[in-house]
Amino acid sequence: MAKSIMIVGVGGQGTLLASRIIGYVLVNKGFDVKLSEVHGMSQRGGSVVTYVKYGDKVYSPIVDKGEADFILSFEAIEGARYLEMLKKGGTLITNTHEIYPIPVITGAMSYPENPTEKLSALCDTKALDALALAREAGSEKAVNTVLMGVLSRYMPDIEEELWLKAIEELVKPKFVELNKKAFMLGRNA
Amino acid sequence: MLGNEAIARGLYEAGVKYISSYPGTPSTEISEVAAEYDEMYAEWAPNEKVALESALGASLAGARSFTAMKHVGLNVAADPLFTSAYTGVNGGLVVCVADDPAMHSSQNEQDSRHYARAAKLPMLEPADSAECRDFAKAAYELSERFDTPVLLRTCTRVAHSQSLVEQREREERALMPYAKNPAKYVMNPGFAYKRHFAVEDRLQEMARYSETCAFNYADIRDTSVGFVCAGTCYQYVREVFPDASIYKIGLSFPLPLESIKAFAAKVEKLYVVEELDGVFETEIRAAGIHVDGGKDLFGNIGELSQSKIAAAMGVPAKENASFTEALPARPPVMCAGCPHRGVFYTLSKLKLTVLGDIGCYTLGASAPLSAVDSVVCMGASVSMLHGFNTVRPEGSGKCVAVIGDSTFLHSGITALTDIAYNRSVSTVLILDNSITGMTGHQQNPATGYTLKMQAVPPVSLEKVCEGVGIRRVRSVDPSDLKALEEAIKEELAADEPSVIICRKPCMLLKYVKPNPPFSIEREKCKACRSCMKLGCPALRFEAGKALIDNTQCVGCGLCKQLCAFGAIKEA
Repeated sequence: MAKSIMIVGVGGQGTLLASRIIGYVLVNKGFDVKLSEVHGMSQRGGSVVTYVKYGDKVYSPIVDKGEADFILSFEAIEGARYLEMLKKGGTLITNTHEIYPIPVITGAMSYPENPTEKLSALCDTKALDALALAREAGSEKAVNTVLMGVLSRYMPDIEEELWLKAIEELVKPKFVELNKKAFMLGRNA
Repeated sequence: MLGNEAIARGLYEAGVKYISSYPGTPSTEISEVAAEYDEMYAEWAPNEKVALESALGASLAGARSFTAMKHVGLNVAADPLFTSAYTGVNGGLVVCVADDPAMHSSQNEQDSRHYARAAKLPMLEPADSAECRDFAKAAYELSERFDTPVLLRTCTRVAHSQSLVEQREREERALMPYAKNPAKYVMNPGFAYKRHFAVEDRLQEMARYSETCAFNYADIRDTSVGFVCAGTCYQYVREVFPDASIYKIGLSFPLPLESIKAFAAKVEKLYVVEELDGVFETEIRAAGIHVDGGKDLFGNIGELSQSKIAAAMGVPAKENASFTEALPARPPVMCAGCPHRGVFYTLSKLKLTVLGDIGCYTLGASAPLSAVDSVVCMGASVSMLHGFNTVRPEGSGKCVAVIGDSTFLHSGITALTDIAYNRSVSTVLILDNSITGMTGHQQNPATGYTLKMQAVPPVSLEKVCEGVGIRRVRSVDPSDLKALEEAIKEELAADEPSVIICRKPCMLLKYVKPNPPFSIEREKCKACRSCMKLGCPALRFEAGKALIDNTQCVGCGLCKQLCAFGAIKEA
């Protein structure tokens, strides 16, 4: 039975790179892996989703309702938006950083209060301020790597070296050290 | 490997020499990745029609040739496509068309399988990245064996999913000999009439081939239920029904109807699962094969998925949680610092009718800018403006067309020629952000670089406009709101056609360095909300005052120009 990871966030937060690093790790671990991405219009600050599926044999590249073992949410309410994808007993790993969407900015809708508390009541939730840890690592752009670090704790069969190797291979050379630091901050959070 | 990367790999291995495409989600990466192989010539053409025609020319000259486009791009290229079915090929020719069910990044969800039928061309449909490589390669064998262009159809979930792919070496191929053959390549009525017979004969031959080829096969397992499916639908069906019998279609036109009939006889119930239109179902039913379920169960709008197929087939849904509180939607938005924002702010402020076009600037339609009245297809802004103003001349001063640099070169020049030639008093805004933005930053003839990043003389938009007969052509920096508004008012007041080129490079370009973030002095902010009219993702209201998110602000300065109280300051 294939396992599923869903990565959700706001266009520009680096969800694509995160899914590619996770996919790379899983391929090196010997799994059949499928990733699915959406490019184009939705990437311009909209809600974005990528999927990672792995197992002995994977058919569908997409994660559907009640199928995700993990949801990795880069923003405080994006996990809530896709919560129906989480399987019973699955884990939500979420950033607590809030990014207001345009309907909130214009005042047409309000941003939910205390989304993390509400999510914790609905499912197994690991929440942290990934933006603060990314800053600590040296760049606000490393939110994706921090959250991957958190995820890595929930995948005990996968060695730390495989993750670090994937970062070395897929991140631009000048950002490798920064991202390794961000990953370890997430892993130990 | 992405499906698109795998197709590029297949082209490389097949010894393809010539690639010409126009970017379009979800097809773009094929040509970008192909361009990384030195052995293949690869280019961006100004539009899909030019791309296909040039690939046909390379095929005529004897090279294995390729073009890729999104589904709506094939509409643009339909003219050469239909007649290339008559001429056939010399070197193999493959046309990849990428559909976008659910319209992740498109203006419609047309089903390209109809083109195979209408143009009488074979169509292959890979279901994952491994098949993308295999089918791309095999398409050239088919193309040369049957003397026909071959359509290779993907969709978003095949093009933009990654799965494992084996790689082989490239088979370098010499050009096929070229010999003049007017009866085959000069499609005047006399020759074309004879070629139509060849097309029909080929179709019969391909239909026989379809019955036995390796692309189509029956996987007989539990015979209580059988599915007919292709592409990504195969993956969904197999995931929901690991034990069911499946007839998997890889060559989706002409369909292997005899083999499907034999499959149908082996299973108790037959279901046809396909996204969008009931193309297979209609043909299967027309062949006298009983179908127990198809479009009646699965619908013809949007994407399918494992849960949709399970629900349609009466399989219980998986347990899940849900967040019941209403969440604010998060639609795509122009980036902070986008050079288009000031243009749409000004058009909205002047309450103009705005005929829009295809690109990032389609986002000018979203609230709070809400500045766009229509978006149809590449270039339509300019031609629709001409029609609009011709029948409503009194409204000429209140209506503009807005089109990007790449879109203008794709299909706007002929439309602007219509305005100049037939003298409608129309004002066109060309938003020149020096890149093809929405598809992820591709070069175009106005940027000065090719797909392989060779420096070339850029097209001068001013000279093109002047050349087709527009006398009033001016350029303006769209981040200077005062100058922009003046330019628009002046050109709208003129009694002849005019073009305003709003020129500022996309903020996401590497060479564009962001300014330090601006900030707001809380005590000076009078909460008038003028700045909020920009719809900038870096601006928000907190505790009754405007606030700039310094993780997003790139210091474009638009909000500062709008603040009457001097509350917004540079870093």
